[in-house]
Amino acid sequence: MEFNGPSQDAILTDPKVIGKSTRRIDGPLKTTGTAPYAYERHDVVPNQAYGYVLGAGIAKGRITAMNLEDARKAPGVIAIVAATEHEPVGSSDFNHAPLFGGRKIAHYHQAIACVVAETFEEARAAAAMIRTSYEPEDGTYDLAKVAPSAELEKGGWGDARSDRGDFEATFGAAAEKLDQHYTTPDESHAMMEPMATIAAWDGDRLTVWTSNQMINWGKESLASILSIPEDKIRVDSPYIGGGFGGKLFVRADAVMAALAAKAAKRPVKVMLQRPLIFNNTTHRPATIQRVRIGTDKQGRIQAIAHECWSGNITGQDGENATAQTNHMYAGDDRMTASYVTQLDLPEGNAMRAPGEAPGHMGLEVAIDEMAEKLGMDPIEFRILNEPKTMPAHPDRKFSERHLVRCLREGGERFGWSKRQAKPASVSDGRWLVGMGVSAGFRGAPTTKSAARVALDGNGGAKVTTDMTDIGTGSYTIIAQTAAECLGLPLEKVSVVLGDSAFPVSSGSGGQWGAASSTAGVYAACIELHRSIAQKLGIDPQTIRFEDGRVIGAGKTVPLSDLGQLAATGEIDFGDYKKGYDIGTYAGHFCEVGVDRYTGEIRIRRMLAVCDAGRILNPLSARSQVIGAMTMAAGATLMEELAVDKRFGYFVNHDLASYEVPVHADIPHQEVVFLDTPDPYSTPLQAKGVGELGICGPTAAIANAVYNATGIRVREYPITLDKMIDQLPQV
Amino acid sequence: MDDRDLAVSRRGVLAAGAASVAVSQVPLSRAGAADSTAKPAQQAVRLSVNGKAHDLTLDTRTTLLDTLREHLQLTGTKKGCDHGQCGACTVLVNGQRINSCLSLAVMHQGDEVTTVEGLGTPDKLHPMQHAFVEHDAYQCGYCTPGQICSAVAVLDEIRKGVPSHVTSDLTGTMQPTNIEMRERMSGNICRCGAYSNIAEAMAQVAEG
Repeated sequence: MEFNGPSQDAILTDPKVIGKSTRRIDGPLKTTGTAPYAYERHDVVPNQAYGYVLGAGIAKGRITAMNLEDARKAPGVIAIVAATEHEPVGSSDFNHAPLFGGRKIAHYHQAIACVVAETFEEARAAAAMIRTSYEPEDGTYDLAKVAPSAELEKGGWGDARSDRGDFEATFGAAAEKLDQHYTTPDESHAMMEPMATIAAWDGDRLTVWTSNQMINWGKESLASILSIPEDKIRVDSPYIGGGFGGKLFVRADAVMAALAAKAAKRPVKVMLQRPLIFNNTTHRPATIQRVRIGTDKQGRIQAIAHECWSGNITGQDGENATAQTNHMYAGDDRMTASYVTQLDLPEGNAMRAPGEAPGHMGLEVAIDEMAEKLGMDPIEFRILNEPKTMPAHPDRKFSERHLVRCLREGGERFGWSKRQAKPASVSDGRWLVGMGVSAGFRGAPTTKSAARVALDGNGGAKVTTDMTDIGTGSYTIIAQTAAECLGLPLEKVSVVLGDSAFPVSSGSGGQWGAASSTAGVYAACIELHRSIAQKLGIDPQTIRFEDGRVIGAGKTVPLSDLGQLAATGEIDFGDYKKGYDIGTYAGHFCEVGVDRYTGEIRIRRMLAVCDAGRILNPLSARSQVIGAMTMAAGATLMEELAVDKRFGYFVNHDLASYEVPVHADIPHQEVVFLDTPDPYSTPLQAKGVGELGICGPTAAIANAVYNATGIRVREYPITLDKMIDQLPQV
Repeated sequence: MDDRDLAVSRRGVLAAGAASVAVSQVPLSRAGAADSTAKPAQQAVRLSVNGKAHDLTLDTRTTLLDTLREHLQLTGTKKGCDHGQCGACTVLVNGQRINSCLSLAVMHQGDEVTTVEGLGTPDKLHPMQHAFVEHDAYQCGYCTPGQICSAVAVLDEIRKGVPSHVTSDLTGTMQPTNIEMRERMSGNICRCGAYSNIAEAMAQVAEG
């Protein structure tokens, strides 16, 4: 089914299941420990052996020798796959750093061996007996040092450069100007479930039970990496313990498990040990950003520029923090540019809202700074500069955009009128208290997605698709969609996900999953409607589905009478969308307290008001947003992969030293969804929301810290050591 | 290795230390005298898990976590870090919560272990499991068993008057306040960020 015009389906006039707050259908499994994650699938194949991955001890250079003798003799050892004894594996469209094989080391903790043994303890002990010597080479690890030689990004997620009018001239002549730099550090996804895979060969057929967000990409990649045909591979990933972009791509766990299983001639399970993950897998690259804004005396933006410098192992694509700037504020003369330089750190790749998440940490603080320069309220400054069409491409209309409402209604709910514009003027005992605001933008991409819907002959239906649920609530919104379309109660619908044997879906990434995969299920249901209509001799235009029955042409037939009828459908999105700027928008608010003696920052309140299309399940959508607000708190106040510029690796590669927010850091969080379905987005008028939540709370926190203290920290994370010498006199 | 690695500096020591954590940096010459072919020591241990007795003979290096997950195939208890840094492996031992990854199974002779599977089942949820479902106090679900075991133990600690870092009155009756619960739950990381909902689920159970 091609979606090539605004949605008008009658299903949406009075939905009974879609849009209702619905407990997750997988909740009883997840809360009782009975949902099986990749490493836990004892039942799928017998005789599983344990693999333990060894990482390189240098960042760049060559392995000169690997002594495997003791490890091979160690008790319980079945096989060892070692880089020096194995040709480099292939690459794929989705992988940049080499995953395994050969003597060349491209980054620290690159996989160099996998030891297979009867038990985990034996595999780990034997891995420690491998002795590797290296010939290190000098590498480039310092972004700030090499940034001046960076070139325009190639092949990234957004526009490498965009220009409209004459930015330089207009900025030069502007009445009021801001020109500031901001830096964001390298960050790690740090999802709770480590990358893990069980691999088993049956002749030339490979099955991997793994933890991956994108089943079909995974299948394609494994085929290309291992040089085997795609149709010989099955990927299964029904439960995924978090991804945030870190599991978009096949990583060393899957590759090593497959190679090790071949060598051991039996199934092998591999979990990347936590200290390996930070350097072995991908991360969000650090950025250096420059924002320039020029306005007239009344605060109307006339010129705006956002530039970003980042680095990556490819030297091609990095973290494009300018991505949101083309969509957000008016201004006739403008430019954005994303420059990338080559670094020998581990591979940088997508992490939740790539580009836009750190982009807001620059742009939305610059907006706050500019408002203060102008003596304007930061909400009013934003509203004054709300564009009528997409600012970088004025011929593109907005489909639905309610950013002004997000800011206004958010301000009222949050008590913004009580904010003191003068920093460091509100106290609560030892705490300096401040409020901050940020606008939020994240695109609303959609992509092709298919599903199969089958009646079970007993009045129920089963949906199968290779879509994944990475905590996002896919199981439930897919069940809601099928229940709505087939007139069934939710409990009559079962959903099976994550198996490459099923129709290919959008997968989970880029905030496209919820909107695209439910559109695919809708398409399958429409196909099923057609088959049922044909079978019963009812006009497909008039057929209705209510309370487990099919109604039309004077007939009422229970679904259970139709046998095991099934249909596969696919949604494809037509070109018509290209004429519109389809986005999601938010107003983010935060109140912080800063200890006037120590500079300790505590978040007191957070609010997000979101405009993100039809909200399919407000309960799980809210969880997406509060989760993103929590990750935003981490990005603003604590998260930083510390680069050792001498040895070329991330030093703090575990969960104690890479600090993420914990319970004590996060107070009650409020989320409000505006009722703003977008007919231009999908047949269900839905958009994603999981990445919108991390676009802006960062800057709202940073702006609140400034409002509390009068100290503007432009180098994230904002930690007390950057503030303590500037705190107001007690 | 080149001589940069031999220069003694705090950073150099840190780097080498970090590398050895991930078992990747052993000098080419024999580091230890231990015979690599020696059979691992085995020891018998009797554990009660969720009310059921198990007599096991284990490699003494086996953690309680891996005993549960790999030997008893009770995979509800999760491995997030294997280092005591994330709390995903939290179980109750004789009623007290511990990180099962930081504890060897052979240290638990005769102990009563309760895992998330022992609290409730999909058809018969424990009140805390039910509250987690109702408040959507989870997303990916991987930290959830640890959060639930911790949450059950935290309310018990508060009932018994065990103080925490944020307890203001050590002599009065302890209350399950929002901050008291959050402080005690801070060893259980949830990267999906369900904290606000977990606090509400716990408050509901605490109020009865």
